[in-house]
Amino acid sequence: MSALEPTTPSVPKRGWLSRPFALTLPALILLAAVIGYPLLTIVLRSLSEPQWGVQNYLWFFGAPVNLTVLQRTFVISAWVTIVCVVCAYPYAYLMTAVGPRARLVLVLCVLIPFWVSGVVRTLSWVILLQDSGVINSLLRAAGFDSIRLIRTQTGVVIGMAQVLLPFMILPLYSVMKGIDLRLMRAAQSLGARPSRAFFTVYLPLSLPGVYAGAIIVFILALGFYITPALLGGPRSTMLSTLVQTQVLSLLQWGRGGAMGVVLLVTTFVLLALAAPVMRSRYREAGRR
Amino acid sequence: MKPGQESKGAAIDLESISKAYGGFKALDGVSLRIEPGEFMTLLGPSGSGKTTTLNVVAGFTDLTSGKLLVGGRNVVGVPAHKRNIGVVFQHYALFPHMSVGRNVAYPLTLRGVDQAERKARVARALDMVKMGDFAHRYPSELSGGQQQRVALARAIVFDPPLLLMDEPLGALDKKLREWLQLEIKRIHRELGTTFVYVTHDQEEALVLSDRIAVFNRGRIEQVGTGRELYDEPATLFVGRFIGDSTVLRGEARSDGTSTALRIAGETVTAPRRIAGEASPVMLLRPEKLAIRRSGQDAAGTTNRLPGTIAEAIYLGSGSKYEVRLADGSVAIVRSPLTGDSFGLGDRVELCFDGADAKLLADDSSADATLT
Repeated sequence: MSALEPTTPSVPKRGWLSRPFALTLPALILLAAVIGYPLLTIVLRSLSEPQWGVQNYLWFFGAPVNLTVLQRTFVISAWVTIVCVVCAYPYAYLMTAVGPRARLVLVLCVLIPFWVSGVVRTLSWVILLQDSGVINSLLRAAGFDSIRLIRTQTGVVIGMAQVLLPFMILPLYSVMKGIDLRLMRAAQSLGARPSRAFFTVYLPLSLPGVYAGAIIVFILALGFYITPALLGGPRSTMLSTLVQTQVLSLLQWGRGGAMGVVLLVTTFVLLALAAPVMRSRYREAGRR
Repeated sequence: MKPGQESKGAAIDLESISKAYGGFKALDGVSLRIEPGEFMTLLGPSGSGKTTTLNVVAGFTDLTSGKLLVGGRNVVGVPAHKRNIGVVFQHYALFPHMSVGRNVAYPLTLRGVDQAERKARVARALDMVKMGDFAHRYPSELSGGQQQRVALARAIVFDPPLLLMDEPLGALDKKLREWLQLEIKRIHRELGTTFVYVTHDQEEALVLSDRIAVFNRGRIEQVGTGRELYDEPATLFVGRFIGDSTVLRGEARSDGTSTALRIAGETVTAPRRIAGEASPVMLLRPEKLAIRRSGQDAAGTTNRLPGTIAEAIYLGSGSKYEVRLADGSVAIVRSPLTGDSFGLGDRVELCFDGADAKLLADDSSADATLT
């Protein structure tokens, strides 16, 4: 074949409305309508109600209870994330290790709770956790003192972790199933006992999944409303409950909006701080 | 071990080792002695037990029965990470989250080698495989051949007395494979370590090995140098697996000192006989066969068989012909450039000296396993 002959048909120059971009248009329009527009409204209202200015933000940072709740929201979310990582890691690993039939059962166990409404699941946690509930009845029957679970932070963390667990398991599993288990064999031939091989080879390679799941769980946890409202007490109120009080009970749309904006900005700042750590690890481990 | 000191190879003794998976015998009483510093290749088709043998020595697979000694020490039951054996895998198995330098340093870190010595030894190992400039690269930035050289450096950096290689060049293209074969040979000479190399490629085995163990169906058929296996195959399977060969089958008659085969009306004889009841076949190497045009005077050759040229391949250094015989079987002949040349469909006579024919017991399984 002559060198002058074109080997691929020439592609017309692409404008900004190129075909791949056009494919994302429906999603972008939907996002603009259901996320972009409401977000803009919230920001505007936080600055304009009852009058233009930053009075809502001054109020937020002037009231200690708001700051306490904001801090608590992040602490509870962090605990939920930790619990999810600890529970999901071995589970996701098991999913990669078993045969296809057992894996299907494990996947179903993750997905079935998704098909049950969050309210129903939270109410069943009320039944399990309450002072006369299943857990405490069993404890008393076994001769132990009953423990307070409902209306505590512990109860809230347990309930939220259960609801959010699939968001941790699924990204972890998708990363873990791509890890070549023959690398563990190689590590052993080089002198690593199995635990050492796990910590030096498997764990670093699975970290991208941990990070991905942790970010999803953490962000979802920050905005949780129903579970903390039903399982928590006054000492485990999260920011979303305060927003609800301001907006629905006191009709303070501006203050509610300001709280939302503060939560959003704080989350972005935290993620930006965590990004360098995650990115460097992710880049290394992502190399195949 | 101090830097600069020659690493001494370990001897390996396999004493009737067996490995069964349920009813399937992956290894069936394999015995083999590998000398210190030897380059031993385990050769065989897939499923013949060669890789299982390697995994048993590495400690990845448990034995069902038998004894395994490495450097005189019984290692049955010793876990892989305590065996101090280097392993190179077909799939490279480099750690993707570590740079080349950290990959090679990994076994040294595990052994608590201090940083200065670690650095020196990593550099030396990478230099040995000619990858010294790549220490800061990541495996994903390297070609397959480069990755395998790094894997080799990682497997020798801790001076193991034994290096196992499981089809290390299997995923590479032919040119690269041939070059790396020579590299592996050179590294073996420089290290003095015992090498055990698994391959299904008989040419690769011939290039690399001091000795070759030919595996078939979980057993060793024959152990010997490449020349011994080519010239004196002990079984039909070995004869067919190593090098090209022509197998003549026919109604056999043996008297005290010679064997005659009757093939489609013609008779060929060889001045030998085989022991036992098995029916004999003749195995002939391509360079021991000659072809002549039909009707040409053929005085002086003991055996002649008529046939037609079914394939003619020009090889540069000579020609290779496939001759279809009257009974339908195909003979492979290599002839030098100086001889006559033949075209497809030419009627020819296949000539050979009976003394060049190897008489072997027929084994129809040899065909089945090879195809």
